[in-house]
Amino acid sequence: MLVINGIHKRFNAGTVNEKIALSNLSLTLEEGDFVTLIGGNGAGKSTLLNCVAGVYPIDQGSIIIDDIDVTKLPEHKRSAVIGRVFQDPMMGTAANMGIEENLALAYRRGQFRSLNWGISNKEREVYKQFLSQLDLGLENRLNAKVGLLSGGQRQALTLLMATLKKPKLLLLDEHTAALDPKTAEKVLQLSDKFIKESNLTTLMVTHNMRNAIEHGNRLIMMHEGRVILDINGEEKQHLTVENLLKRFGQASGEEFADDRALLA
Amino acid sequence: MLQIILGAISLGLLWAIMTIGVYITYRILDIADLTVEGSIAMGAAIVAFSIFNGMNPFIATGLAFLGGMAAGLVTGILHTKLKIPALLAGILTMIALYSVNLRIMGKANLSLLRIDTVFTSLENLGLSPNNAVMLFGFLSVAGIVGLLYWFFGTEMGCAIRATGNNPQMARAQGINTNNMITLGLVISNGLVALSGSLIAQSQSFADVQMGIGSIVIGLASVIIGEVIFGTRNFLNCLISLVLGAITYRIIIAMVLKMGMPANDLKLFTAITVAIALSLPVFKTYLRPIKKSITGEDL
Ligand SMILES: Nc1ncnc2c1ncn2[C@@H]1O[C@H](COP(=O)(O)OP(=O)(O)OP(=O)(O)O)[C@@H](O)[C@H]1O
Ligand SMILES: [Mg+2]
Repeated sequence: MLVINGIHKRFNAGTVNEKIALSNLSLTLEEGDFVTLIGGNGAGKSTLLNCVAGVYPIDQGSIIIDDIDVTKLPEHKRSAVIGRVFQDPMMGTAANMGIEENLALAYRRGQFRSLNWGISNKEREVYKQFLSQLDLGLENRLNAKVGLLSGGQRQALTLLMATLKKPKLLLLDEHTAALDPKTAEKVLQLSDKFIKESNLTTLMVTHNMRNAIEHGNRLIMMHEGRVILDINGEEKQHLTVENLLKRFGQASGEEFADDRALLA
Repeated sequence: MLQIILGAISLGLLWAIMTIGVYITYRILDIADLTVEGSIAMGAAIVAFSIFNGMNPFIATGLAFLGGMAAGLVTGILHTKLKIPALLAGILTMIALYSVNLRIMGKANLSLLRIDTVFTSLENLGLSPNNAVMLFGFLSVAGIVGLLYWFFGTEMGCAIRATGNNPQMARAQGINTNNMITLGLVISNGLVALSGSLIAQSQSFADVQMGIGSIVIGLASVIIGEVIFGTRNFLNCLISLVLGAITYRIIIAMVLKMGMPANDLKLFTAITVAIALSLPVFKTYLRPIKKSITGEDL
């Protein structure tokens, strides 16, 4: 489904601030894989997702989604097959537009934007149905401006927008990190539900080791721009946080540097 | 007095078209586009030169609209393709247009006295010159408001709004934000040039200098309209803009009537806009005070 071939990403090349964010990284996701991705601060997790989504061009290597080489495609074209939820709840929705308008934009992801009316009545019914699954009462507020919603509501809506038109690949970058624990749990449950229902190939970054262990069928750990652990199947089901920390130490020769993960 | 107000209303209707153009960039795209200072004069220059040389005034006005669109396209390409910051891209086009407008007219100003304009056909029906401008202005504004209300409700229009509101989100939803920004600039500057062409015809005079300060007049009209007439929904916003442009013209007519020297007009407008734009800052100063009184987090 997703094939990442030896990609390399350097920021600020040739300056004192030069930073190798991804170094010869290769990774293959099978259809229906739900991969959780962890790693310390600055390990390159967000950069990896951004490179896959086309936010940054890569210096070397190639990215192939469903047998199509997207390495040279601009971000908006890749969006046709990629759904994304960001860490910042403000980032995934248009605050000045209504809930239904945001959903309508997402419903047309990857399509030419014509001069047809932006929302049809038929769609509204579909949106209501989906919104009621969120269980946040949003189905009765189709016209409300998204800017009026709480962070958790916006994140749930963004998740719905990312999956409304089934993506080939779902990228979640710490999408519950900015939420309070209860809301975070709820949004995570919803993610699980949508991913299972549509059998979405997913790459989910989290700083919470327990979440990384409990969700998905495969766990990947990154360190200094490389994949250093890749655990799946039976082995993943028996993982514990201590166990994971130990294996991180063995693989990287360092202690795990992410306060948030250890506290969680 | 009534005469002055009627005059202000008809002029305000013509400026309303420009105000709508400014609104598209400033509010919908979230860009302060200075191209308008050049494209308003460009509209005037194109229409004046064309009519002066015997072209049908309606076709000449349409040509002015196209000219403004071309100016917007240039700014759009400078900004989205050549990655020049929007403000600077607008300034570059504006400066370039000054020379272009001089070339179009061949001199710094052109008089259209005793030459047929789009308003003449209405005057021939027996309307006074001012009423002709008012009727034509009203019909044009109504048509444009209706058209834009429709357009920004379409898929493409929604994509432009999303681009201005949150470009990252727009790209994540597959929208080509560069194209949408350029399209917005094209429509905006087309309207501004159309407005310039009508203003020139109504005053029978085109001047390369006429764009100076027009962005500030546009912003003043946008803000006056929003504050006084509301922003409940998109249609309300559009109508507020029109009323804002008219109100601005009435205010200006009043202060001139009260004896303010015409040379101080631009200073007056700039101060008005500066105060209006800084209102949010004053509000943040007031917020902690209000909070300490009510105990509420706003
Ligand atoms: N746009 C950028 N410009 C310059 N450097 C960047 C940029 N984005 C990321 N980096 C650098 O690349 C490295 C990897 O950053 P990245 O954001 O991918 O880490 P991360 O694994 O997501 O970390 P975190 O857990 O803190 O989110 C960091 O050293 C970071 O400073
Ligand atoms: Mg990150």
